[in-house]
Amino acid sequence: MNPVVAAEPQHNAERRDPSSAPSSAASEASEASAADGQAEPVLSLSGAAVRVGGRTLWSGVDLEVQAGEFVAVLGPNGVGKSTLIKVLLGIMPAAEGEIRVLGRRPGEAGSRVGYLPQRRSFDPDLRIRGVDVVRMGLDGDRWGVPLPWSRDRREQQRRVYEVIELVGASAYAHRPIGQCSGGEQQRLLIAQALVRRPEVLLLDEPLDSLDLPNQSAVAALIGRICHQENVAVVMVAHDVNPILHHLDRVVYIAEGGAVCGPPSEVINSETLTRLYRTPVEVLSTQDGRLVVVGQPEAPAVHTDRHGHGHGHGHGDRRADRHAG
Amino acid sequence: MESPVFSWNPLYDFQLMWSYPFMVNAFRAGAIVAVVAGAVGWFMVLRRQTFAGHTLSVVAFPGAALATLAGFSLSLGYFGFCVAAGLVLALMRRGREPGGSEESAATGVVQAFLLACGYLFMALYKGLLEGPQALLFGSFLGITTGQVATLAVAGLAVLLALAVLGRPLLFASVDPQVAAARGVPVRALSVAFLVLLGVATAEAAQITGALLVFALMVLPAATAQVLTARPGLSLLLTVILGFAVTWAGLVAAFYRPYPLGFFVTSFAFGLFLLAHAARFTARALERRRDALGAAFAGGAA
Repeated sequence: MNPVVAAEPQHNAERRDPSSAPSSAASEASEASAADGQAEPVLSLSGAAVRVGGRTLWSGVDLEVQAGEFVAVLGPNGVGKSTLIKVLLGIMPAAEGEIRVLGRRPGEAGSRVGYLPQRRSFDPDLRIRGVDVVRMGLDGDRWGVPLPWSRDRREQQRRVYEVIELVGASAYAHRPIGQCSGGEQQRLLIAQALVRRPEVLLLDEPLDSLDLPNQSAVAALIGRICHQENVAVVMVAHDVNPILHHLDRVVYIAEGGAVCGPPSEVINSETLTRLYRTPVEVLSTQDGRLVVVGQPEAPAVHTDRHGHGHGHGHGDRRADRHAG
Repeated sequence: MESPVFSWNPLYDFQLMWSYPFMVNAFRAGAIVAVVAGAVGWFMVLRRQTFAGHTLSVVAFPGAALATLAGFSLSLGYFGFCVAAGLVLALMRRGREPGGSEESAATGVVQAFLLACGYLFMALYKGLLEGPQALLFGSFLGITTGQVATLAVAGLAVLLALAVLGRPLLFASVDPQVAAARGVPVRALSVAFLVLLGVATAEAAQITGALLVFALMVLPAATAQVLTARPGLSLLLTVILGFAVTWAGLVAAFYRPYPLGFFVTSFAFGLFLLAHAARFTARALERRRDALGAAFAGGAA
């Protein structure tokens, strides 16, 4: 594991104080890692901050992701986890900091970045096959009519079937996608995101609203793709447990700040208590699952997320007034 | 017109119909309209924008009524009103996700107001209008060669635009978020599509009348989408079905003293029911085969 990363949790915990000036430690550290002969990181954020409507969602986020690493973005609702993905995609601007995606500015890496938005389910009577939806990921953004018998087209057809095979969706790829189950749709959508052989895969809650067996199956699939195909994966998750065994690192976002590092160093009572400035306890069950208790959102694991949104919003506003 | 008799000899029947210039123009106009309305309608059904399509078709009525009242060309009234209404709808849906309920209420408001305007224009014309019936329910009599030419030009423009926009439009219709992340201009496409929908509706309204535009916009597309989930095949089938019901409707209306709109709509509706029946049967057969297969497998075990 990257030594710089291991040092990050503490470093970030110090910086969550809003009055502290953006320290240069992060950039020094990343230069040092580059000098070590480390490969150029696929994704890098240093001192990144985002504001939405004048409110700072998070700031001081430092993160480096190497090829083939699996990183989860965790934290309570409304804290800006999906926003992090949107910033990496270049859909939303960062208010501060330096962000690089494959050595370029966000949004400039084109098809080298794959994206799976927050779960969308298809209308049950949408009469488009799964294979067509996957294919759209390949050439759906091109203008004009494809020539039916060109060599390119045969090559593309082959790639579409190859990626469908990779996610194990061959059995139902020819069914209308609206008639596929949630897990089947999610596999097809992952295939769609992978079809152009991206080097980075940005996933926004891909396990949300899947049943438990499907959650672990899709998590295992993503872990396998990440390590086998050497794709860097950044995945927003509501519950860390289904992906815990596959993860290389986590980013835990709280109001204002964030902590990055290996799961065991971030998801523990000490770090999260420091991050949230309120007592947080992390319990470990017998089978190694983690339960976070006392987080502002209340127990996050397997609960109805919408029930807590309201109270949490108030908490945010109070914290803002404190900061200002 | 005295009713000619249907001879059951297609060659003779077509020769007879072709001897009337107005029928030749009707067949030409029908073919153009069916193809264009089918292609645009296919995307409309896929995008769940049938209500917007219905509003645009209702708008064709005040357009035509105003054209008659003010004395400018009917085509101008149809195209002008429908395209303008398309732009207004696009403006109203700005900043909203497609398919919102708020949007359909606003769309309904526009529709009701414009329908009332059409009624006013008719009243102002003091009943000398050839009949609101033709504007509302269509007529195939008296289509001029000039009108056919206008339809052909507008239709060609719509088909060309669809050919260029087709793939990103399909992507943006099925999966707007990913399409946007891939750099597809989803909003601009949505505006462009409403304009195309306006043109196609104006075309179809001249044949089927304002109220029965759906016969050509929705029914062939819905039927084709029941029959197949392959996008290319489904689009092709839509166009063929639209063309077939239009010409069949024209033949029927030539020989029988009932309105064209009724024939076209009933034929299309009949095909729609048949398609559903066919799919239902296919599914039932499949299930039975599966059940039999399972029984055999069970017996073997």
